[in-house]
Amino acid sequence: MKNLAPKLSDAEYEKNFADITPPFPPHNATLEAKRCLFCFDAPCTRACPTHIDIPAFIKKITSGNMRGSANKILDANILGMSCARVCPVGSLCEGACVYNERDTEPIQIGRLQRFSIDWFYANWDKTKEMFKPAKPNGKKVACIGGGPSSLSCAFYLAQLGYAVTIYDKNDKPGGLNTYGIARYKMSAEEALKEVKLVEHVGVKFKQNCEIGKDVKVEKLTKDSDAIFIGIGLGQTEDLGIPGEDLPGVVDAITFIDELKHKKLRDVRVGRRVAVIGAGNTSVDAATQAKRLGAEMVMVLYRRTEAEMPAYNYEYEIAKKDRCVYYFLTAPKRIIGKAAVEGIECVRMKLGKPDSSGRPAPEPVPRSEFVLECDMVIKSLGQKKQRDFVQKVLGLKTDDRGRIAVDDTLQTSNPKFYAGGDCVNGGREVVNAVAHGKRAAWAIHKRITGEDIDLDGLWKNETIRRVANTAKHQYA
Amino acid sequence: MADLSVTIAGIKSPNPFWLASAPPTNSGAQIQRAFDLGWGGAVWKTLSGPIINVSSRLGSLDYGSARMMGLNNIELTTGRSWKVNVKEIRETKRKYPKHALLVSLMIESKKEAWQEAVKEMNDTGCDGIELNFGCPHGMCERGMGAAIGQVPEYTQMITEWATEVAEVPTIVKLTPNVTDVTHIARAAVAGGADGISLINSVGSLMGVNLDTFAPLPVVDGKGTHGGYCGPAVKPIALNMVSACARDPKVGIPISGIGGISTWQDTVEFMALGATTVQVCTAVMHYGYRIVEDMIDGLSNWIDEKGYRRCTDFIGKALPNILDWGDLNLNYKVVARINSNLCIGCELCHVAAWDGSHQCIDIETGNGHRVPVINEPQCVGCNLCMLVCPVNGCITMVQQDTGKKPISWRQYQAELAKNPKFEAPGYVEH
Repeated sequence: MKNLAPKLSDAEYEKNFADITPPFPPHNATLEAKRCLFCFDAPCTRACPTHIDIPAFIKKITSGNMRGSANKILDANILGMSCARVCPVGSLCEGACVYNERDTEPIQIGRLQRFSIDWFYANWDKTKEMFKPAKPNGKKVACIGGGPSSLSCAFYLAQLGYAVTIYDKNDKPGGLNTYGIARYKMSAEEALKEVKLVEHVGVKFKQNCEIGKDVKVEKLTKDSDAIFIGIGLGQTEDLGIPGEDLPGVVDAITFIDELKHKKLRDVRVGRRVAVIGAGNTSVDAATQAKRLGAEMVMVLYRRTEAEMPAYNYEYEIAKKDRCVYYFLTAPKRIIGKAAVEGIECVRMKLGKPDSSGRPAPEPVPRSEFVLECDMVIKSLGQKKQRDFVQKVLGLKTDDRGRIAVDDTLQTSNPKFYAGGDCVNGGREVVNAVAHGKRAAWAIHKRITGEDIDLDGLWKNETIRRVANTAKHQYA
Repeated sequence: MADLSVTIAGIKSPNPFWLASAPPTNSGAQIQRAFDLGWGGAVWKTLSGPIINVSSRLGSLDYGSARMMGLNNIELTTGRSWKVNVKEIRETKRKYPKHALLVSLMIESKKEAWQEAVKEMNDTGCDGIELNFGCPHGMCERGMGAAIGQVPEYTQMITEWATEVAEVPTIVKLTPNVTDVTHIARAAVAGGADGISLINSVGSLMGVNLDTFAPLPVVDGKGTHGGYCGPAVKPIALNMVSACARDPKVGIPISGIGGISTWQDTVEFMALGATTVQVCTAVMHYGYRIVEDMIDGLSNWIDEKGYRRCTDFIGKALPNILDWGDLNLNYKVVARINSNLCIGCELCHVAAWDGSHQCIDIETGNGHRVPVINEPQCVGCNLCMLVCPVNGCITMVQQDTGKKPISWRQYQAELAKNPKFEAPGYVEH
C-alpha cells in the first residue's frame, strides 16, 4: 500500500472498537423491562423472523426469572446472542413496538435480549444443563456450511435425537458470525460461545472440510438421512474494471475477517480509503477503516441515498464516523503503478427503472474525475455459489442463482434442504436462524412423519427472498 | 422440573395457582381456557340469588406510568343464571378432573337457603365450596358478604350451616375490613371450615371527578364505595395471611389472595403460610397467559434453591415474624452512599432533612452533588435508600455496636431486676 494510515494508541483502538451498543447495567434493564406493556399478539413477536415471544422473555426479566427468560429466547432462536447484537432491530422488533404509535421510544428489545443471553453465557456452568443431548433416534443429518442457518438446523435436530455433523470449509465454525460481523458489534470469541452451545447438545463439527473435495457428495448422501445446505454466499463480486489486481485493493469480507482475527495494530489500512458499494457490509468496512485510523474514507455508490441498500441506522454510524459518501459515482478504473494511487470515477444520473425496479444509473458523458486513495475496498455484495450448487450438489437454482426451495426449504432433491443466504440471496442472521429451525421441522417431518411444534415456528409462513434492497424489504 | 402439586384442605391441585372468584371465572368457557394455559385451579364467580349489576363497575389507581396498581370494583356476584352456572360447573369438572374447581357461594342468610345451595353444589362434582363472607359492597347492604364476615358469631353460624351438609371441603373467604382478622378466622374454624382464603377486597372509593364531583367509578353521575384489590393491597394481605398462619387457634390451611401477579408474590404468600394463591387483578390486566411465567419462575426458583416440591417452603418466613417487643434493640444500620452511582438528585437529603432525622448533609463548593451521611445522627430508618432513584446507590450497612442483642421485653425484665440496667440501643439527637 502506498500510504498506510498511522497506527493508533492501544487506548484509541479500544475506544474505537468498543461495543457500539453497550450492555445495560442490571438496574436499567429491569426498569426498561418494566416499561414493556406485555402486548397481546405482540407486533414485536410478529416482526421477528424467529418469532421469539418477546413480551414473555421481557416479563421474565421483571420477575427475576432469568433462566426462564433466556430459555424463552433460545427455544425460538438458538443464536439469540448474535441476533441481540446484530439484528436491525429498528426495522424488526423495535420498529414494530406499539410505543412508536404514540411518539414514545420503543422498548430496547435488542439490549434486553442481550441482557438475558449475556446472563445465560455468564452462568454457563449452571445454565448449560438447560439443554442436554437428546436420546439418539438413530438418524443422521449432515449440514454443509458452518454459519447461522446450519447451526440453527443442527441444534434443533440434535434436540430431537439426530446425529448431526456440520461440514465447514473454514478454520473456525460459525460462518459469518465468526468471520463477517463488524468487531464493534460482536467479537469472534462471542460468536464461538454460541457454537459451543450447539456443540454441547451433541452436534459434531468437521472444520477445514470441503464438500466435493474432502468428502464426496455421493458418500454424504448415502450416509445421511437428510442434508441441510447452509453455504451462504461466495466471494465478493468483482468490480470488473482495470487496476482491480493492484496491491491495496481488498474485498470487504476479507478486510472484516482480518479485523476479527488479527490484532488491530496489525491490520493494514490506507491513509485514504475508497469503499465501493453502499450496503450494510460497506458500512462495516468503511466505519472500521475509519476507526483503524484512515484519515479519509470515501464511500462510492452509483445511485443515490434513496436507493442505497444499507439500513438507515447503519448509514447513521458511517456518517457519525465521518465517512464521506459520493453518490451517483461509479468507479471506472483504479490508478497506480506498484499500488493503488487513486480511482477514476464517473458521474452518474438516474434513468428508467431496471429489472430490479430501481432507477438505472447512467454515466454522464465527460464527467470523469479522480479521487486520490491508497486503498480500495470492494463491497458490491457476494456472488452466488451457482457452480457449486448445480455441479457439485446437483441442485436447481432460481434465475438469480439462489438455491431453489419450496416453503419447507426442500430443494429439487427431496433429501436436500437449504436455508440462509444461499436461499434468500443475503439477509440477516435472524432470517438464517429461522430457516434452520424451519428446515429442522421439515426434515424431521419427512423422516419420521411427525409434525412437531417448535417455539416461534409459524408453519404457514412462506419463504421470503431478499428484495431489491434491504431497506425496501422492511419498509 | 420441580413438583408443583399441592393439596389444600383435602383438595388436590396440579399447582398452587388458582383464579380467584371474580370476572375471570365468570363462565365455564373462561375457566377451561385458563386451565388449558396452566392454571391449577379456579374458584367460580360467586353464585347467589338473582343479581342485576350496574354499568360502569371498575375504577383504577394508576401510579406514575403504571396502570392499575390498584383496582376497585362495584360489581356484585354473577349476573348469569344459577341454572346455567351449575350446568357449566358440571361440564368443566367433567372435562378437567385433575384441576381444582371450587364454587363460591353467597346466599341470603337463611339456613334452608344456604343448605339447599350447598347440597346442589355437592352434586356438581366440584372439589370445594368457598363461602363468600367478604364482599364489601352492595351485598353487605342486603345482609350478606362482609356483613357476615365482620361478625364472628354470624361467620360461625353460617359456616356451621354449610359444613353440616357439605360433602366437599369448605373454605371461608375472609374480609380485610375488620379490626382483627384472626377473630373471624377462629370463628370459621369453630364453624367447621376446612380452610380459609384471604383477603377479599378492601373498602375503597377511587376518587372524585373534579368537574362533576361524581365519585369513581361513575354510575349515572353518582357512585358508591367498592372493593379494592391489585398490587397495592398485597402488603395488607401478607400481614393478614401471616397473622392467621401464626395464630395457633386458626390452624387450618390458607389460600392467599391479594395483589398476586408473579411467582415471587406467590413464594412470599406461601412463605407466610399460604398453600395456594388466588389471582384476579393481574389476570384482568394481562390475561390468563401470565400463569406461564408463574409456573416457570416458581419451578426454576425451587430447583435453584434445592427444594423438591413447592410445599417445602410453606411457612418458612413465619418464625422470622416477631412482635415488635421481641426485636433486637442493639442492631444498628447506617446509610452509605456510593458516590460512583449517585446522580445528584439530592432527594435523600431533602427526605432526611424534612422527613426523617436530618442526617444527610449537602456540602457545597466541592464541585459535585453527592450528599454526605452524618453517621452519628443516622437512625438507620431506610428512607433515603427508599427514595433514591438508583438501585444499589444507597445501602444500609450494619454497624458493630459491640452490644449483645436485647429486646424491649428482655430490657423490661432486666430493669425489673436492676433499675440501673443500661438502656439498649442508642440515643437519638
